[in-house]
Amino acid sequence: MTRLPVSMILGAVLSAMFLAMALVSFVWTPHDVEQLVIANRLQPASGDFPLGTDQFGRDLLSMLMVGARVSLAVALVAVGIGVVIGVPLGLAAAATRGSLLDELIMRGNDLIFAFPSLVIAILITAVFGPSAFNAIIAIGIFNIPVFARVARGGALSLWTLDYILAARVAGKGKIRISVEHILPNIANLLIVQATIQFSLGILAEAALSYVGLSVQPPVPSWGRMLSDAQTMIYSHPMLAILPGLAIVLMVLGLNLMGDGLRDLLDPRLRRRRQ
Amino acid sequence: MITLDRLSLAIHGEAILRDVSFSMVPGKTFGLVGESGSGKSMTALALMQLLPEGAETSGAVTLDDGNLLDRPEAEMCALRGNELGMIFQEPMTALNPVQTIGDQVAETLRIHGVAARAEAREVARARLDRVGLDHVPLDRFPHELSGGQRQRVCIATAIALRPRLLIADEPTTALDVTTQAQILDLLRGLVEEEGMALLLITHDLAVVADLADHIAVMQDGEIVEQGPTRQVLSEQRHPYTRALLEASDHRPARTPRPLGAPLLTASDVERHYPGPRVGLLRRGAPLKAVDGVSLMLQTGESLGLVGESGCGKSTLTRALLGLDGVQGGSIAALGNPVSPAMPNTLRAGIQVVFQDPYGSFNPRWPVEHLIAEPFHLLDAKPARDARRTRVGEALQAVGLQPSDMDKYPHEFSGGQRQRIAIARALITHPKILVLDEAVSALDVRVRARILDLLADLQDRMGLSYLFISHDLTVVRAITDRVMVMQAGRIVEEGPTEQVFAAPQHDYTQALLAAAPRLPDYARKE
Amino acid sequence: MLRYVLGRLLSLGLSLIVASLVIFTVIEVIPGDPAAFMLGLNADEATVAALRADLGLEGSKAARYVSWISGMVQGDFGTSYTYRVPVGQLVADRLWVSIPLALFALILSTAIAFPIGILSAANRGRGLDYGIMGGTQLGIAIPNFWFGMLLVLVFAVTLQWFSAGGFPGWETPLAALKALVLPSIALALPQAAILARVMRSALIETLAQDYMRTARAKGLPRRQALLRHALRNALIPVLTIIGLQFSFLLAGAIIIENVFFLPGLGRLIFQGITQRDLVVVESVTMLLVFAVILVTFIVDIAYAIADPRLRRRA
Repeated sequence: MTRLPVSMILGAVLSAMFLAMALVSFVWTPHDVEQLVIANRLQPASGDFPLGTDQFGRDLLSMLMVGARVSLAVALVAVGIGVVIGVPLGLAAAATRGSLLDELIMRGNDLIFAFPSLVIAILITAVFGPSAFNAIIAIGIFNIPVFARVARGGALSLWTLDYILAARVAGKGKIRISVEHILPNIANLLIVQATIQFSLGILAEAALSYVGLSVQPPVPSWGRMLSDAQTMIYSHPMLAILPGLAIVLMVLGLNLMGDGLRDLLDPRLRRRRQ
Repeated sequence: MITLDRLSLAIHGEAILRDVSFSMVPGKTFGLVGESGSGKSMTALALMQLLPEGAETSGAVTLDDGNLLDRPEAEMCALRGNELGMIFQEPMTALNPVQTIGDQVAETLRIHGVAARAEAREVARARLDRVGLDHVPLDRFPHELSGGQRQRVCIATAIALRPRLLIADEPTTALDVTTQAQILDLLRGLVEEEGMALLLITHDLAVVADLADHIAVMQDGEIVEQGPTRQVLSEQRHPYTRALLEASDHRPARTPRPLGAPLLTASDVERHYPGPRVGLLRRGAPLKAVDGVSLMLQTGESLGLVGESGCGKSTLTRALLGLDGVQGGSIAALGNPVSPAMPNTLRAGIQVVFQDPYGSFNPRWPVEHLIAEPFHLLDAKPARDARRTRVGEALQAVGLQPSDMDKYPHEFSGGQRQRIAIARALITHPKILVLDEAVSALDVRVRARILDLLADLQDRMGLSYLFISHDLTVVRAITDRVMVMQAGRIVEEGPTEQVFAAPQHDYTQALLAAAPRLPDYARKE
Repeated sequence: MLRYVLGRLLSLGLSLIVASLVIFTVIEVIPGDPAAFMLGLNADEATVAALRADLGLEGSKAARYVSWISGMVQGDFGTSYTYRVPVGQLVADRLWVSIPLALFALILSTAIAFPIGILSAANRGRGLDYGIMGGTQLGIAIPNFWFGMLLVLVFAVTLQWFSAGGFPGWETPLAALKALVLPSIALALPQAAILARVMRSALIETLAQDYMRTARAKGLPRRQALLRHALRNALIPVLTIIGLQFSFLLAGAIIIENVFFLPGLGRLIFQGITQRDLVVVESVTMLLVFAVILVTFIVDIAYAIADPRLRRRA
């Protein structure tokens, strides 16, 4: 019988709230976010506009909902890229420890670490122009070495265990062992890392869209709402506070959930709690 | 005189020690013996007041006339390292890796304010000389020393201030026999010359018999019997003491049988590791982990391979199992060449049991799945029902229940897990079983039962064993013929009894001389 | 030790070469003709040819790569197409803003993170630990550019202690320092939260090691054992994270410069993007990547100083 920690429940509730916002935005938002109605500009919060409107007359709540969708989608696909490419690379590096392949994979990883997401995004944008796709690639590429390292580190410690040796005595090859024995036993590590990278992805997307390197108008995003609000900060600070708060709560929720998951999945901690 | 009086300990409400009482006298060694989990290490930590959080103690630990359990933490800090010194089991991790050994020994002096920096280094030098490290400079880091040398540094640290009591918690368990003998000699000398009391905690009865003046036998947090060593070991009043002594010298009943054709042969096998890198592309000369080893295992035979850690026996094992290729010589099993590319049908004929009962199983798989894994080697893999039947039979053969197949490894004890490992190795009906330190991690009583099982299985199934171990007692108990390995070579080979009775090679003689043996008065019959 | 340093130097050189190849490929090979790209769709052939000659974009790709690299090594970063001045000069002016900013932030975040992390680990499981961990959890979730906006709102708009942005130049050192205060804090605090957590978990890990028990058996009080033995060992993983964080700090600095209207590298690079000034983008990204690789090298060396076990390995 294990009791879930309060922080994890809080995290799950926050994450679920934003996920619900994003999902609902596909079928319904209070107002159309792509339509600029100058007559409605800078309205205070009211029944019609629960959180007020911005300087272009767009409903803030609707924009936050669509912004959540953009954030989640970009971060999710970027994590996906990291997992799908990074984990097999890490497993392969661990399975061939010390070989040329291992060396190449790890050196490649080090090299990618020298290119922060923002630099990648700048390079891509300079040539292809800004877009959400650009943000996904920039964040996703940076996720690859992260997952490769976590997978390799976890796998290396497993490869020294006797049950791996036993599997080899049972005639199983390295690929089969990696899939059957290694992957399920490093899944915990990967899940926890995925929640971390997911929340980092949301922060990175916000930064990229703040400087105009992610989704382009008229699609709203949290980062661009902030850059639009910057000029209005003297007269209408709420325009800058609300989107920032959305980012903070979303990331906080994911991090709390990730921490809780780690505690829950870590057999050392689990044994202590029993 | 340090006395424990009805010391009890509970951690988070769970009783660990019950009414433990004994006394330690200056210049004498007190041995505390018991199996793992008996509470002997906790007794030491309670003495030092270094217990984990949530610990509650009652009773008294008396030094002079004060009760240590009542002392505030600041006073205990002044006592530790000064009046009470302690060394631990694992010398490889017991020293701070980023501090020089000189600084670590000198620190004991500096904490207690007895010496300034320069003087502390002088004393540290003297203490390191005393523990036999006179040729090792003070500015060495722990990773530059061997395990035995590190344990000497730990001892120097603990005795820097000539404490009245030195606690040694399994001080030689992680060391090779020859190193163990040297460390035990050092401890004996320290007790005699420095007049300190030694509390020696160990699972090994032969070690205490050799060293301790008094012993106490501990079981489940209680002392079941104590007294002068000779009296306790010869009278064996308590059944638990008797059981321990019997088990530590246990020899399973084995039926001698005529030997058949050679099953596993190796001739002039060499295994190299790439040398350390010198420069970016060049490497030094390769290290020969196995250097021209030849062996032959006959049908129905039990062949022992003994050697200390690093002698190359594990590397040889991996080559014999066809996991790694060889750089020289050849291996053949059941008439076919052994190599990483060997066919699965051949692999099915030579299986293995490893040392670690905890790392041997994928924790996420049920026992049925674990035992059935070698079916991967068979051309005709049994269907589900047939598989369950065979796994059930295998479990019964090793003394477990068929119903155990739906459980997970964490539900079993260390000894039971080793039985499961044996069941897994036997599932493909191999002719050869390689036992790689297969009983080394087990407590004596469990070890005795597993040895019985192995002897029984060999009789019933006509198996041939290659038994690899660092433990001479065990090898003597279960093998017909033995090979002694040192630095990648076989230095001596012959019938087990003959080698043990009249060793020819210097190294074998040194090994046998170093191995602690139970005195004759402790053997019944 | 010397062999270790040489080995790291070689790997630094290799990383630089590969990184420069990647950047060159993205900027000068993928778009086809960079000159035509910079001028846009409507430029006529003569103008493009003139620009190509102007920027030294003639010749084979390999030759261009070699001349780019040899120029960079000699401090010649090419000529900006929009500013019509050497990029090296543009960069030099802006480095005087970006480098102090990143440096202040690094110092500040370390200065905050270390004591907090140590305090938290020393009081593990108590109220203080939970409080600190909760605070860092929040700190990690705050985007630094938004935090900068909040700082402006509170300290510039409401309290009017600082100006909301801009940079007076180093001719007035005090005013210049003052202009960097809010940006440094905005950059440093979220990083400090991450670093404090790493410090804490590294310390907790080392506290469980066998040698800590040895230290206690020698008579060291809990707190002293932590400071004397655990800290230096915990520093080894923390150093790695500080190195990794530098690249985040650099990226963050580029964005923070936008919040506070600081004339640093970040502003330069975004102007370069909007004006399709590929020469500026190419050289400045190379400079950023160079900075990250250099810091990785420095961290590797620091690593070997902290950990004697590494010195022997090449």
